[in-house]
Parts: sequence; structure tokens; C-alpha cells
Amino acid sequence: IEKMGRNKKDIRNLVSNLPYEGLGKTKQPNRYFPGNAIKTTKYTLLLFIPMNLFEQFHRLANIYFVCLAILNFVPVVNAFQPEVALIPICVILSLAALKAAWEDFRRYRSDRKLNNTPCFIYSRFTKSRWKDVRVGDFVKVVCNEIVPADLLLLHSSDPSGVCHIETSNLDGETNLKQRRAMSGICISDPEFKPESFNTVVVCEKPNNNLNHFKCYVEKPDKDKVGTGIESLLLRGCKMRNTHHAVGFVVYAGHETKSMLNNNAPRYKRSKLERKLNTDVIFCVILLLSMCLVGALGHFLWLQALPSGPPYLVPDSNGHLDSPSLSGFYMFFTMIILLQILIPISLYVSIELVKIGQIYFITNDIDLHDDETDRRVQCKTLNITEDLGQIEYVFSDKTGTLTENKMVFRRCSIMGTEYPHKENVKCSTFEHALTNSLYIIYILYVSTCFGGFAAIRLAVLGEPESGEDVIPDRKLLQQISRAGNCSGSQEIDPYLDFFLGLAICNTVAVSMATAQRQRVNANSVSLPHIFTSWQRKPKRSRSILEDLVVEEDHFNPPVKKEDFEDTTGLQMCSLHAPSDTNSDNLSYEAESPDEAALVYAAKAYGFTLLNRTPDSVTLRLPSGEDLVFEVLDTLTFDSNRKRMSVLVRHPITREYVLYTKGADYAIMELLVKTEIPWQKNIAAGTQHHLDCYAKDGLRTLCFTKKVVSYKEYESWSVNRQRALAAIDHREELVMDTAVQLETGLSLLGATGIEDRLQESVPDTIVALREAGIQVWVLTGDKPETAVNIGYACRLLEEEDLVINMSCKNKLVCTSILDCTLEEVRRYSEDPRNVDTTQGISLVIDGCTLTMALSSDLQDRFVDLAKRCRSVLCCRVTPLQKSRVVKMVREKLKVMTLAVGDGANDVSMIQAADIGIGLSGQEGMQAVMASDFAISRFKHLNKLILVHGHWCYTRLANMIIYFFYKNVAYVNLLFWYQFFCGFSGTTMIDYWLMIFFNLFFTSVPPIMFGIMDRDVSAEMLLGVPELYRMGQGEYTFSTFWVSMLDAFYQSLVCFFIPYLAYQDSDIDVFTFGTPLNTISLFTIILHLSIEIKAWTVVHWVIMLGSVALYFIVTLVYSAICVSCNPPSNPYWILQSQMADPMFYLLCIITTVVALMPRYY
Amino acid sequence: MMATSYNAKDEDGRVTVCGPGGGPLLRGKKPENTALKQQRLAAWQPVLTAGTALPALFAVGLLFIPVGVGLFVTSNNIRELEIDYTGADASSPCFSCSQSFSWNSTRPCTCTVPFYLEQPYESNVYVYYGLSNFYQNHRRYVKSRDDGQLNGNEKSLTEPSKECEPYAYRDNEPIAPCGAIANSMFNDTLELFYNDPNGTKIQIPLNATGIAWWTDKHVKFGNPGGNDQNLSAAFQGTTRPVNWRRPVYELDSDRGNNGFVNEDFIVWMRTAALPTFRKLYRIIGKKDNVVPTLPRGNYTLEVVYNYPVRSFEGRKRVILSTISWMGGKNPFLGVAYIAVGAVCFFLGVVLLAMHHKCGNRNGDGDISN
Repeated sequence: IEKMGRNKKDIRNLVSNLPYEGLGKTKQPNRYFPGNAIKTTKYTLLLFIPMNLFEQFHRLANIYFVCLAILNFVPVVNAFQPEVALIPICVILSLAALKAAWEDFRRYRSDRKLNNTPCFIYSRFTKSRWKDVRVGDFVKVVCNEIVPADLLLLHSSDPSGVCHIETSNLDGETNLKQRRAMSGICISDPEFKPESFNTVVVCEKPNNNLNHFKCYVEKPDKDKVGTGIESLLLRGCKMRNTHHAVGFVVYAGHETKSMLNNNAPRYKRSKLERKLNTDVIFCVILLLSMCLVGALGHFLWLQALPSGPPYLVPDSNGHLDSPSLSGFYMFFTMIILLQILIPISLYVSIELVKIGQIYFITNDIDLHDDETDRRVQCKTLNITEDLGQIEYVFSDKTGTLTENKMVFRRCSIMGTEYPHKENVKCSTFEHALTNSLYIIYILYVSTCFGGFAAIRLAVLGEPESGEDVIPDRKLLQQISRAGNCSGSQEIDPYLDFFLGLAICNTVAVSMATAQRQRVNANSVSLPHIFTSWQRKPKRSRSILEDLVVEEDHFNPPVKKEDFEDTTGLQMCSLHAPSDTNSDNLSYEAESPDEAALVYAAKAYGFTLLNRTPDSVTLRLPSGEDLVFEVLDTLTFDSNRKRMSVLVRHPITREYVLYTKGADYAIMELLVKTEIPWQKNIAAGTQHHLDCYAKDGLRTLCFTKKVVSYKEYESWSVNRQRALAAIDHREELVMDTAVQLETGLSLLGATGIEDRLQESVPDTIVALREAGIQVWVLTGDKPETAVNIGYACRLLEEEDLVINMSCKNKLVCTSILDCTLEEVRRYSEDPRNVDTTQGISLVIDGCTLTMALSSDLQDRFVDLAKRCRSVLCCRVTPLQKSRVVKMVREKLKVMTLAVGDGANDVSMIQAADIGIGLSGQEGMQAVMASDFAISRFKHLNKLILVHGHWCYTRLANMIIYFFYKNVAYVNLLFWYQFFCGFSGTTMIDYWLMIFFNLFFTSVPPIMFGIMDRDVSAEMLLGVPELYRMGQGEYTFSTFWVSMLDAFYQSLVCFFIPYLAYQDSDIDVFTFGTPLNTISLFTIILHLSIEIKAWTVVHWVIMLGSVALYFIVTLVYSAICVSCNPPSNPYWILQSQMADPMFYLLCIITTVVALMPRYY
Repeated sequence: MMATSYNAKDEDGRVTVCGPGGGPLLRGKKPENTALKQQRLAAWQPVLTAGTALPALFAVGLLFIPVGVGLFVTSNNIRELEIDYTGADASSPCFSCSQSFSWNSTRPCTCTVPFYLEQPYESNVYVYYGLSNFYQNHRRYVKSRDDGQLNGNEKSLTEPSKECEPYAYRDNEPIAPCGAIANSMFNDTLELFYNDPNGTKIQIPLNATGIAWWTDKHVKFGNPGGNDQNLSAAFQGTTRPVNWRRPVYELDSDRGNNGFVNEDFIVWMRTAALPTFRKLYRIIGKKDNVVPTLPRGNYTLEVVYNYPVRSFEGRKRVILSTISWMGGKNPFLGVAYIAVGAVCFFLGVVLLAMHHKCGNRNGDGDISN
């Protein structure tokens, strides 16, 4: 608190506005803080045009085209019609401006709507709107209303001072979050009285961190009460399950956390676009050299002329420029003449094509997940084609490869294993069939459906059956024995273990009836439960019969009955007593592990009934309800890798700390003891943990500690001080947590299974066949990770697996060198050329840190490059992103990272393409990603089909655009050889502009959106095609098409030239067949490129040709002398009456396209 | 309701806080399973195989060769005679005229060029004058005209466009027609005489109308105040171009062929596409079916030599030509058709042979590039 005094600048002091009601504006204490009205529009009505233009001129291409347009007005370049030259750039600029204006208008409308949303402010007006809210006001929010500003929660209708909010508007997470009214500020009046608020609120300056807030309230008696994010209602959240709440406005309008998070979308430039830019530069060079040829040619031509021929027009003073000066001027005239060599419409077309491609990707029904009813989402709009260039895929494991639907599988209590055979039966069967991957999926469906349906049913307010944990008989007996000798339950470790399971978490309990809002979101998928049941094959019957369920139940004729039967599934198993009340419970956990543990505890009769910030209500197997007072919750963080809950036992009145965490984060904190049986427990548990990990289970250790009253008191003082701190609050809070979590005594361990998602092995195999290297980066233990690696066919049975795990750098270096040597020898060995055996690398986080150090990096990359797959375990989020960055930079490859959790965000951002899986762990990954999918298997079609298509389409379209412009412009260039390099065009200027803007622009755009070089089925069936598709746009393809363009323009120019040589043809009559021929050539060239002709293709291609003839005919009929000096009048009409015209068109087109066709 | 307003922003991509999870954009919207949206539209996929490529080649060959032969024969049946009368050679009859010449000499120089017609010209004969090395397509030359003035616009008549400069005004009087094109108009007079075997010289009547495009004469060009006016009054206040000997209203005695609608003038104003060009000068109409238009024999071309070509090392020619449906004599197109047809045919044969061989070997005869 002293520190805060020093940093006055970093905080703001707020007082209530109420005492100043009615005073003038200058008297208001909070007048310096902005109001709650928001304005997200970029432009104002008056400044729209200058601001928009300024913005558009940030694009280099636009400046280039404007410069060219201006050049037209320089008299010496002798442009035919400078005004006409402005048209294309004006069209492009105004199109972009229109789009910006429309978007801005929409923003304006939504702002206005938001600002005028009604809300309730205490005592200013009876009815107010959002824009009237000011800092220092008291705002009342009722249920299902959206919070208008960042509010410090002072009062809630809930007696315990709690209110629930849904933050899906902010971070997409749909689970309810609990917020607690600041304690000690408002005396627990039933009605809130803002007049009584006479304290000063001191909080930090506005920032954009949605998960942190530091604030304290200074009462008149100088008493300070600190609080954090747990008392802040964020603007944009929705109030849930609470009748009303009152908050004090701390941030308003643009200073609210949600508004500060309004960042512009990420701008990524795709690899193709970077390549495109180099090609544009080549075009510029080509253009300049052509202009140079023109200028030199003009100079030489003038030099060779004898004195003053009549066709050389002097300037208005009758003076002729010297040949060198004319040549110099001619350079600029040529630039204007040949400017369309750099395609002005290319950039616009690319954007249009990408919009079309994204439309098709998001509308793909195969990328739609029926279960969650989500489709794929493209968040970054301009890197679709990079999906076709992927060489490395980095994947998270939990939630990405696996379901992240945790199921309690086994546990070990006091060193004794309880294998839960009834559950494991399925998994042993699973292991027997590891290689046959479909079966795993089938089993998943069959073993899971109970719990699966239960979740849905809970949502619908039906009685729920809990997760499908079938209690171990032996363990049940143990518990009942322990329960029978009541009174001694505080010492019985079995009871303690389950108390820990049920208490040590942050799971929120909500009654099924309280779920009304969420029904909307999920009820849609109900029919799919039935379809998925019906798909289930008969093979799983044997297991199902084990589960005492008739087969008929799974093809239900009547839905209702089936629900009851599923419930019965659990009922008929050995089960602790439970009444209807506890069946109505539904648990909302931040992590699925916690939910699984709570369900497991419930299966043994330890039912979590209610959780408030201050208490936990638990029902014991005996039917007795216990209310534990929660003194503190030491939340989970990735440094400690554990969490604890400090409760006061209602019977023994002891302070008990339950801690759960990763084994390595717990084992070293155990109470040091010399008693052999306790040592044995630790060793036995550790052994079981290792076994669990080998089976691919996620492990957690549970411990307990009884804290003495004295210890608690002294710790509590520290804790309060840490919580009230503003500077280094996180560190201080963590330190206090570490302080308490020592000398723990081990209770036991749990093994939780996380099933593989469907089709994961197929997807990985397909990606690998497509030439993509797949890396899996996980925080799990190596044993778990390797097991999953085999299950998802990242590692194959016959693979050579290199396991790297070492403690110090020296060892690491030598191991790395040895393996590298070995691998080199192995790959060079001719005997291994034909074998399918691959090398896989498994490396743990500690070794990875060493391998990533700058001196070993190169060797590690070299080794990893030779491995078919790499599995990194126990890696931190930071390491994930470092691995991705290193591979990306060292190997210069395109990388894709896919993950679902907050720990994958850095990796997703480091990769060229980040893909977020909208799974169980919230939305952070999705929000950081470029594409969001809902299942891992969708990656298959997204990359192999859409990636391939987007890339080939766009690449072909870009090449075609360059070709088109070069072929057309060269016609003009060749003509310069016959007009003394004077820059004459033989094609009417308007027709030239129309040619590019209308006649030949739509077909390539359609080509870029709709072409299908290979069908989707083929691409999925033959993943190798993906790699072949990657070389579509290379240096050579660009130049081949350039050469083709040169050849075609030569043909298109010289065949008519020879045909009309020494005839009475005039300039523009000569140009018309040339224009027509090049239109045919360009359109037919595209027809050759199009691999699949659909109705749309036909319509657009024929439409373009028809449009050309209609527009040109109309234009030449009405333009008598509208566009001097060009003279299009009646030219096409007279040409079309001449058979020569058609004969010329046919032969020229055939000759021009002959090489391309064959 | 509020959620939707937040999501409206989300579409802009600006608002990252607006979670996609809550957006109605994502949920409850299963993509439609239509052929268009799922990119499953029925498609025709042309694949280049021997089965399609070979017939195409043969078809092109078989079609092009007869067309080419037809064109070639037509072109060969056209009679054409070119007479160069530049007078660059000391031996040529127009040598003296070509030597002493400037645009503004008052005394016309005439020369006579005899020639012999080996074959009689049966149908209408078109008399062209040809210039070479004359860049009528020069950018600034092409620009140097005022279409408004030529269309009969009164305002443009007295205020010629800036494009005409420096041929817009002379001594503060507007030039009609203005501009460099008009100023450099071809002004040689050509007359044709048939030397009867019995020694008499018969002048062949040359038709000066019908040589310009109908649309040009009737729509694009027009005299100020209409064609029936007294032209000298209509052009009052304007002056003739610098290089012209007569004002524009004295180009022809025929009222319908005078002023801006004079066909020689219109033909000249249609600037040629290439530096070596010909322009239609006169037409010799066919008299009847018995007598050829131009019988075999000796002819004399009488030239009033006005037009200077030495300044650009040009040549002047007179071309007598009959024409066909395909225009003047030009064997190129016919040859091109025959050549392309032959190449296609040949290629077809070669590929057929290859296909036959390969097909026998591996049964896979696809020809792909």
C-alpha cells in the first residue's frame, strides 16, 4: 500500500457522484474520466474523403497508380485523354471507399444502438441509457441484462453476495463465472443504499487485461480492503442466475477492459503474396525495360529521319524537340501506354477471390461439427492459400488429439491400487486391438454413451446419471467399512481421499433447472445423439451386455424411454444411495479433469451439493450433509502446478488443506518422514503413477495437511496483505500459497483417461502421406505421451524411436551428436532405402531447453529434420512457441500449429498458420488463431482439400493475371515498332479500360474461386497430391507463362499485321481485330486452364464474350466523335461484315493457343 | 439482442473480445448441403487424351487446308499493278518534279508515266495511291485534328481545339480544317489514259465518289451549317491550311463532295495504321460484261506532282487493283491457313503413330503435356 502512494500516476481515485448531484460540470469530481458513450467509427461525415484517401494511399500499389494517372496530365507525355486515365484508379479507390463507408456506417449504427441501450443508474434519472453512465455512478444490472460498463460489484441480490456472469461476449466461454461483491463495503442490507457509500475507490489505470484487476477501497476510517477481478463485472458480460446486482462504475466507455481489447484483426501476409510482390517487381523491371526500348527506339527513329517530315508535329510554337529530348519524354509516354503491365485489378481480384474461398470453406458441411453445431471459422482472411503450403504441423495433445473429456479410470489410495476393473475391462479390450483404430472409436462410442447422454440430459433438465464411473467393489467396501466406524472418519485416509476429490476444486454446482439459458445452445444437437447411437456397430455388444444393458435400448423407438434406461444403467450398477435432489446437479468446471474427479467422488457417494465462495456442501455416503467452511482457495497456476483448498472441517473443527497437483509438484513437498510404511506409500503411489502414465492416463496426486490454528492465523495476515497489494500482487499471492503448501501427507493418486478424438490416427497418417511432418508438443509425462503417440499412429510399432532425456547439457550434447551420427548413418545405409521404418524422436522438456540453446540448435534441427515424427513432452507454453519459431526460421518451412487451450496460444501465434480447436478449454486458442475448427479430423479436409484448392486456384489465377496483362500490353508494344515508337495506341482507350475492368476480369475471379483441379475425394484419398500441388507457383511457372504471353502477343499482333500489310486499313480498324483476337485468346487460354467446367463457368465465359461484343457494338454505334482522336465509329460493325475478320480471328487464336494446348 | 449488436462488429474482425462461441454466426447454422456450396456442381472435365487431341488435330488440318487453298486462289485471281512514280531515280520521268519542290510552289509540275497492262482487268478497278515511310500513325499526328470541327460544329470551326496546334490558327484566323493531318493532305492529281493501238489517247473516267466509308461521309463528317449551304459563306472567317493551295470549299466542284465531306479528304483523314499504306483514290466502274474495264495495252499515268516525299525518304505509288470478297491482293492468309493446316495434319499423323506404338506397349496412350 505504501508503494501505491509512490506511484500515484498509475492509479485513479474515484468517489461517488451522488453527493455532487445537480452541481455544475466543473464541480463534478469524476469529470476528467470519459463517459460511457462509445464511438468506434473511423471517420466523420466531413472528413470521410480525405481520411479514407489518406488511408488508401498507405498501399504502395495505389500510390503507383495515382502517380501514373497524374503523369497523364503532364503535357510532354502527350496522353490522348488524361481524364480517361483517371477512371480505373478512381473506380478502384471509390470501391474501397464505399466498402469502408458501409462498414463505418454499420459501426455507427451498432454504436448508436449500444449507447442508447437502457440501463438503470441510481438516482440520476429513472430511466437512463448506456451513454449516460459516468464513472462514479451506481448501476443496477438485472438478470440477463448486459453490463454497461466495468463495475465494481458492491451488492448482489444473492444473500451470499455472489452473482454469476457469462463472458461469452468477451472470450467465448459459456460457463458461468462467479463474481463476489466486495465484502465489508455495504453492510448486508437487504436493499442497497448508494447514498451510504462514502468511501474512495482506488484502482489501477485502465488496461486491456481481462483477467486481472487491482483495486482497494479506502473507508473513511482509513481501513483498506483490497479486491481483484473477482469483484469486477466487465462491460459486455451478461448477468446470469442472479436477480440483480449493483456496481460502482470504475471504467466507462472506451476505457473499459472489453473496449481496450478491441484490437484490429491481425494482418498476415501469405507466402504467395510475398512471392507475388517479387513478381510485381519483375513486371516493373520488364515495364521499365520496355519503356527504355521505346525511348531508345524513338530517339534512333528520329535521328534517322531527314529534315522535317509532314507527319512530325511541332509544338504550338512550331518548334521541334531534339531527338534526345523527345526520346526522354517518350520514356514517360511509354510508361503510360504500357502501365497495365502491372495489373491494377490484381489486388482487388485477389481480395475478391479470397472472400469467395473463405465462403466455400466456412460452408463446407464436412467441416461442420454436428455435436457442437459449429462450423469452421476463418479469422484471418488473407492466408487461405497458405493452407496449401504446410510442411510442418505442430499439435497439442490434450483436447486437440484427445477429446479432453476426462473419465475417472483408476485410483491408488494409501499405496493400494484400485484398478476399477469394471471400467478397465473396456480399456483392456481396447489395448488388445490397438492397431485397429476404428475399434477404438467404436468402443469410445459404446463406453461413453452413458455419460455422453447424461451431459445432454442434464442440460435438458432430465435426471442425469453422472459420468460413467462404476465404483470398484473393493473400494466401496473399504469406504463402507470406514463409514461404519463413524467418528474416526477424520483419520480414515479413504474418506479423506474422497473428501479431497470432492472439495479440492473450483467446480461450480448448478441445479439442472437453473440451466435455462444454455438449453438454447445445446438442444439443437439432441437428434445427433440418436443418430450416433444408431451408427454404433453390433460388435460392441459383448461389452454392453457386461454393462447389464439390453441391446434394444440403443435403437430406441421412443426417445423418452431410452433416457430412463440410460439412467437405469447407472442405477443398476453398484451405487451409493442418492435421492432425486442430487441427481439434478450439474457441475461446471473450468477444467474437465476436475469435473471427472467430482463425478468420481459422487459415484462413491461423496456428492458435491453446493459451492459458494465461503463454503462447500457435501453429502456423504451415509446420507449426511456436511458444510465445510472454505477459508481460502489457492488457485492453480502453471508454476506451482497444483492447487489447494483450505477448509474447516465441520466436525473436528480442524483447518485442513487439501492439495492436488502433478506428481512431481507434490512429491517433493511431502512431509519428510522416516516411518517405513509411509515411505512405502509414497513409493507405491509413485509406482502406480508410473503405471498409469504408461497406460496413457493423466495423473494427479492428492494430499492433505492439517494446519494448526496458530499457523493459520499468521499465514492469513500475510495472505490478506498480499491480496490487497497492487504492485506484484501475483507474486506475493503465489508466495503465500507456496508458504502453506509444505509438509503435505500423501492420500493417493488418480488416473484419468482422456480418449482420442475420432479419426485422429487417420488424419495423422494422411498428413504424413501428404509430406507433412507432424510434431506433438504436450505438457504430459513422457510415458503418457508415448502411449498416446502410438495410439494416434504418430509413432508406429516398427519405428525406430529415439528417446532423449538427459539432465545436463554435456550429456545432452554428446547424446545429440551420437544420435545424429547414428541417424545419418542409418539414412545413408542403402539397405534402409526401401524399408518403411521411420525414425521418431521423443524428447522431454528439460532436454528440449538444452537442445534449443543457441549452440545445439542447429544440431537439434538437423536431427529433427531426419525424423518422421517428433514428440515433445513436458513442455511449457513458451517452449512450444520456441520450438515452432526455431523450426520455422531454421528450416524456412511453412508451419501450422493447432491447439485448444490457453497454453497453446503462444505456439499458435508463432506459427505461420495458427489453428484453434474450440474444445473444452475455453476460447483463448480460438481467439488467437487464424482458423478455428472443432475437431482435429477437420484438419484433414481443411489442409488437404481446401488448402490445396485455395493455393492452386489463387496461384493459377495470379499467374493468369500476369499472363493476361503481358499478352495484352505487348500488342501495344509491338505496334510501337511500326509507329516510330511514338506511343500510339491502335485500340480505343475506353475499350482498353473496359477490356481489363469488365471483359476479362470476371472469368479469372471465378477461376480463382471455383476451379477444381482434382476432386475432393481424390485429394483425400491420395494425400500425396498435396505435396505435388505445392509447386504450382514457382519462379519457372511465372516465366514460362511470361514467355507464353510474349509468344501469344507476337502471334496476335503479327498475323493481322501480315494480313493487313500494305492495305488501306486505318489505325483503329487495325486495332479492332487485334482487340477481338486477344480477347478470344485470353478467354480460351483460361478455358484450357480450367479443369472442371460447371454451369457457372459456362455462363461467365460466354457472358464475357457476349459482353465484349455488345458493349463494343453499342459503343461503336454511338461514339461518333466522343473520344477524339480515336475513331471507333462503326468500325466493329464494318469489321463484322467482313469475312476476313472471322478468318483472321480463327487462325490467330488457333496458332496462339497451339503450344499451350499441347 | 445485445449479443447480436456485438457480433455485428465481430464480422468486421475488429472486435476480438466478441467471442466466436457466443456468436450466432457459428452456432445453429449448419451449412446448406447444396451442390454449389459444397463445390459439387456437376462438372465437365476435359482431359487431354489421344482420343480427343488426335481428332482435333485432324479436324483443324482438314478444315484449314481447303480454306487456305480457297483464300490463296482468290488472292491469286486478283489483278494488281503497282507504279512507282516517286522520281527518286534520275531516269524516271518524275525526277525533275521531285527535285525542285516545296509545299508552297505555285507552279504545278506534271510528269507522265507510261505503263503496260499485260492482262485485262475485268471487274471494277480500284485506283489507290500508296505512300511508304509515311508515319500517319505517329501519336502526335493522329491527335492533331478536331473531330468537332469536321462534324460541322460551328463553334469548333472558329475555335479549333488545342490538339490542332500549331495548325490551329494562321495570322489569327482559324484554320479549317485544322491540324497536321489535314495540313499534310495528299494533293497529287492522277489521271489515267489508255493508249489505243491506233494512237489515240483516251482518258479513262475516274469515279471520285464512293471511295470513303458511308458512315464517315454521312455521319462523322459534315460541313458547317449543312452540306447544301453556300460553302464559301459557311467557311467565312476561316483560312486554308498552310500547305494547301485552295481553301477547303474549293476541293471539288460537286457540292455533295466539297468541303469537309470531300471524299478524298475523308479518306486522308482516316489515318493509316502502318507506315506503308495505300489509300483509295478513284474507282473505275465496270462498263458492261463484254468489254473489260481496263483492256490489255499501253497506258499513261499523268501526275500533277505536288506532294513532297523526299523529306521523309518516302515513295509514291499508284496501284490499280481489282478486289474480291477478301479485299486486296494478299496471299498471306491463304498461305497461313495452308501451313497451319498442314502442320496440324502432320502432327496428327506423328502422334497417331506414336500413340499406336505406345498403346501397343503399355496400353496407356494418354498424351499429356
